[in-house]
Amino acid sequence: MTVSTAVLDSRVMVTRSVRRSFRDPEAFFTALMLPVILMLMFVYVFGGAMNTGGDYVDYVVPGLLLLCAGFGAGTTAVSVAQDMSNGIVDRFRSMPIHGSSVMVGHIVASIVRNLIATALVIGVALLVGWRPDASPVEWLASIGVVLMFILAISWLAATAGLFLGSPEAANGFSMILMFLPYVSTAFVPADTMPSWMRGFAEHQPLTPVIETLRGLWMGTPIGNQGWIAAAWCLGILAVSIPLSARLFSRRVSR
Amino acid sequence: MTYTVTATGLCKAYGDHVVLDGIDLAVAKGSVFSLLGPNGAGKTTLVRILATLLTPDSGTATVAGHDLATDPIGVRTVISLTGQYAAVDEVLTAEENLQMMAQLRHLPRKAARQRVEDLLVEFDLVEARSRRVGTFSGGMTRRLDLAISMIERPELLFLDEPTTGLDPRSREQVWGTVRRLVDDGVTILLTTQYLEEADQLADRIAVLDGGSIVAEGTAAELKSTIGGELLRIELADAASYARAVAHLGAEHTDERLLSIEVPTDGSPAEIVTLLARLEREGLAVRKVTTVHPSLDDVFFSLTERSAA
Repeated sequence: MTVSTAVLDSRVMVTRSVRRSFRDPEAFFTALMLPVILMLMFVYVFGGAMNTGGDYVDYVVPGLLLLCAGFGAGTTAVSVAQDMSNGIVDRFRSMPIHGSSVMVGHIVASIVRNLIATALVIGVALLVGWRPDASPVEWLASIGVVLMFILAISWLAATAGLFLGSPEAANGFSMILMFLPYVSTAFVPADTMPSWMRGFAEHQPLTPVIETLRGLWMGTPIGNQGWIAAAWCLGILAVSIPLSARLFSRRVSR
Repeated sequence: MTYTVTATGLCKAYGDHVVLDGIDLAVAKGSVFSLLGPNGAGKTTLVRILATLLTPDSGTATVAGHDLATDPIGVRTVISLTGQYAAVDEVLTAEENLQMMAQLRHLPRKAARQRVEDLLVEFDLVEARSRRVGTFSGGMTRRLDLAISMIERPELLFLDEPTTGLDPRSREQVWGTVRRLVDDGVTILLTTQYLEEADQLADRIAVLDGGSIVAEGTAAELKSTIGGELLRIELADAASYARAVAHLGAEHTDERLLSIEVPTDGSPAEIVTLLARLEREGLAVRKVTTVHPSLDDVFFSLTERSAA
């Protein structure tokens, strides 16, 4: 099997996974509504009570973006787990195709879904009064950070889907992803939390990503948060990629 | 004779649990070979090993000349697997499923499109082409499953319990399809727990029980191992039953149904003689029927051990 057939096979699998993503109207609608509803809720319902210095919408956009990415990754975990409990993976494995192409399909579809949600978050934010002061270079950098984060969380979710095996368990995992942003600097600054929680909030992987994006968009100090964010994302990828490859071949050869 | 599958001493165990205990197998090219056995006999494990999804603990096998251990990719190019659960994407349509699989077989775009059209016609799926497979009946899903397997005619087609869960009409349809594939010269390895299915389709049958092949042969050979025709006599009352058991040399007796089964060669002369004896003894007979031993009888007599 050559590199070119691996690319061909992956393209077929990407088409498959993307098609599947758009075939479930309820899930797709939920994924689109979530950013809109969360944005309106955080800005208009909670926003008035939040004191983060300046407009709350300026503070909350990076956190909401990561929350939606977490939701999107949860979908990925569930769809990978579903695939593993289905006979079709046996058929794929018994064909002369590249084993990794199935996972590549899932990851690319996950990135596509997440980018749509990201665009929606940014669009709605601009509508409700978000005014970032980023330069074009800072915009480019922020898109790079978002892409890197989405790639890492998608691969992590796919690995979790493989590991957990059942769609129900994968659903549980996506709940964790959905709640992680609340214990970070996504919605309130960490120094408003009790000290034991602050330690976690300041050192969990979402916080440096959020702080980096906030810095790029709003001009708050970034410090070394950008490097920490990159280290987290690359670290997650460095573990997830080989682990998912191993889990995939183990899962299907039971 | 050329063999599409040869296997020697295949073993597989999970911890202490032995699933396959030294399987030897030879499947002649162009034949239908059936693995028959109860649930848990090891049928699916054997299929998964031969389809390169599982590595055996020991033993060797070749599929169409490709060695399982040294050339699994070669094996994958000549086989097609239809699993116990239909191996199709339920979210995609019938046409999309076929297209996807044709692309994964690396058919050129135009050839792929033509092949998909042909298969939709051949497997009677034209009207359902744009419907999601999730909305299909069990029979339609199996037809699609088989159509996918035929995108490139495989040397060896695995049918793992192809009619489990299907209604009788769909089962007949699947059998019809399988017979057509056989006419096309495809070698088929069929696993089933339905004896009738093996009887209907298979050239040779191996009975698998507890991880070993306990008998192998044609359906007729397997049936002959437990004897020929039987004359089944149902008596009208307990007294006649007791005397019939005492006088007629019955092979099987059933006290509850008051019936006995006497071996015969099936010739009219012998049956007339037997009936005359019943008359002479003055036995009250309710009903007389002739019975052919079925594969069920073979199956039950061979797998009694594990059921007990």
